[in-house]
Amino acid sequence: MKINLRDPNIVMKLSKLGSFHQSKLSFLRSFLREFKDWKYSRDLFNLDENGYGTAVYSFKKNKRTYSLVCFANKITDEERSDRVIATKWDASFALYDGIPTKKDLERLSDNVPKQEAGRLSYKELSLARANKSVRIFDHVVKNLSDGKQPDKELLSKVGYLYRTTAVYGSGKFGLADRFRIKNREEICGPFRLEMMLVYLARQFTFDQVNHIAKCKNLNKAVELDNEICGNLGIGNSTGLGLAPFIVNHPTLLNNWILARETALKKIREIKFVKKTKADVFKSCLNKSIKNVTSWNTDSEFQQKKIKELISDLNKFIILLEKEFSFEREYPFNDLYLWSEKNLGDESIEYIVSMMMEPFDEIADLLATQMSSEEEKYFSIPTSRNIFDLREILEKQYSDLIKIDFSKKESNQYFWFISKNKREPRLADRYLNNCSDLEEPLAIARDINKLYARVLIQNNNLTIGKFLIENNDLRHVVRRAFITEKFPYAEIQDNTIGSKLMPIDMLRLKLSFFGANKFDPRSDKWLRINMFQGAPLPNDLKSFDDHWIYNSLS
Amino acid sequence: MKTLYEIDITTKRASKAMGFSWGIAEEIGKNIRLLEMFGLPGVKNLNQYFKLYKNKQFQNISLITKTNTSKIPYCPIIAGVNFLDQITIMEELSEINFENVAFPILLIPFLSRASEIIGKKILLQINEKEFLLNFNQSIYSNYSNKEIWEKGETINIKFLDNKNSFNEKEWQELYKSSEDTFVEESDSLKETGAGAGLTDND
Repeated sequence: MKINLRDPNIVMKLSKLGSFHQSKLSFLRSFLREFKDWKYSRDLFNLDENGYGTAVYSFKKNKRTYSLVCFANKITDEERSDRVIATKWDASFALYDGIPTKKDLERLSDNVPKQEAGRLSYKELSLARANKSVRIFDHVVKNLSDGKQPDKELLSKVGYLYRTTAVYGSGKFGLADRFRIKNREEICGPFRLEMMLVYLARQFTFDQVNHIAKCKNLNKAVELDNEICGNLGIGNSTGLGLAPFIVNHPTLLNNWILARETALKKIREIKFVKKTKADVFKSCLNKSIKNVTSWNTDSEFQQKKIKELISDLNKFIILLEKEFSFEREYPFNDLYLWSEKNLGDESIEYIVSMMMEPFDEIADLLATQMSSEEEKYFSIPTSRNIFDLREILEKQYSDLIKIDFSKKESNQYFWFISKNKREPRLADRYLNNCSDLEEPLAIARDINKLYARVLIQNNNLTIGKFLIENNDLRHVVRRAFITEKFPYAEIQDNTIGSKLMPIDMLRLKLSFFGANKFDPRSDKWLRINMFQGAPLPNDLKSFDDHWIYNSLS
Repeated sequence: MKTLYEIDITTKRASKAMGFSWGIAEEIGKNIRLLEMFGLPGVKNLNQYFKLYKNKQFQNISLITKTNTSKIPYCPIIAGVNFLDQITIMEELSEINFENVAFPILLIPFLSRASEIIGKKILLQINEKEFLLNFNQSIYSNYSNKEIWEKGETINIKFLDNKNSFNEKEWQELYKSSEDTFVEESDSLKETGAGAGLTDND
């Protein structure tokens, strides 16, 4: 039986994309699978009694070494801020390509703690900073130094000791351009080095609390239990910075979504599912429920979604246990169709993620196809004609060209870059007078304009000649031809309309990172957790790929 | 050292600020990145061009013909964008001339990318300097100045046919040498070495 890929016009709606969950394809999981055979070591740990100083961790294999250089700094409570306006952080990190020399460490110590205000070199691959969750950090240090393990319930409410507030890569602030490293086999998946940085930083947080506790009370202190460590991740505070990324990288976005959709299609096409595979699916699903029930958030928007998710999953589990048998043809197709008919988007996408769990043979290959050579698709095929362009617009943007942009609410917002922090922001067009500096992220509106102009042109006119008078829309002409080849390249929604929920765009990207426990703090920023439940570096060689469902909290 | 990412992004934004559309600004970003990667002074020339851009008049060319002349210097960006957009038509002309192009270095990446699109090398002559544009993979030139080049008085663009740079005799000599790596087959090897049978009349 041949199953079609899901329609981009449905999948690429923001409410759908904002319901995505982590899966086997997520970057932090594919990173762990790739690096499980690498040799992990802690090469330097030079902290004072308060935990301030420098540490270096590395992954090595054959002649390649990646080293995380960590700087722990003293800051006051007043200086600690997760917002991008901060200038000091509890810890800062750089991922170095190779083994850093003493001279490198001196150079990095002058620059890494300054983050955006510092300068990196082509030898550094990623840059990040993190702040302590002070309440949890102090609680853990106090208990360990008193010879006790910390309160697991308190830890489970937060889920991490530190949260990162930015992770940079690919050419930013002097970091290596991607072209320098893109042919390395081990980093064929997107954001793999950023994932490595976060993963090693997580280990640093455990080593730091153990060290401080020991310095406080040498005779009595105990180390943080490995099981507790495993259940702590690294938090992340994320604002609008992520949102333009998915608009500005259409072929990359396509490849992420296409991998997920292809996995679903292949799984639905399996005629007979072995019992062992069905058991893995059911086991992961059952274990995962506690990830949902321990999902804490003050956001009413997310609370409602979680409530619906729990209710839907209960219905689904009842179906699985009481009515459904895997001893039928195309069982996953039947389950998917039942979900589409009976459940909400949050639950459908949750189940889609779960369906991938038994199928390493499908997911592993797709995980290597999620990068993109974006430059290849940059040039506009100007020998094509208006007829071709009109067909593309009508086929690939059928909903967007129907939006009425003469209405005020369709143009409510505009995206801009803050001069102060060089970060994307969203503002109400009718309350602010700087929309002339709008970023080119209103794709639906500009596609609409393009379609209106295309309709009054001669079908035989070449795109090259059309552009002579229409270069103001050149950016969307380029996108249209990209979308012809990459159907999941475009968000099929209005990114400046009054109903826009920007966190849907953040959640989409973070789900592909592998984050969970999305905790919206407003409609524009959220907190998440990464690597919660992940094996510790010393246990990587024999780790269970379903670790994300093994966490205790 | 600035990264290519930083050069691309900053150039794109500066171009938009100068009044170019986002789509053209994207082209300029990619082009200056290319120039710098090929070791040509892109940032320096673009920066100087932008200093003059708002106060001095430049000629925008739309349809490019075999010979293009103007008393007012041509804008290298608009000339380049249109060259790229019309490349499949212009290829038939085999040779194109411009007179009076401002900051001609900025024209080069458009031509380099055009070379890749049509699958032909392009020989570009600006005044007395030559640039061989090889399918946007490399640029070979007798120009080594890293300074600002404000004006290209005469510009000649030739689309080169896909021809070998060697003659048949030279090729045969080289091929003969390569044959020394092949094995002379014995009768038994002829029968057993190949996968297929000796007759295929089934």
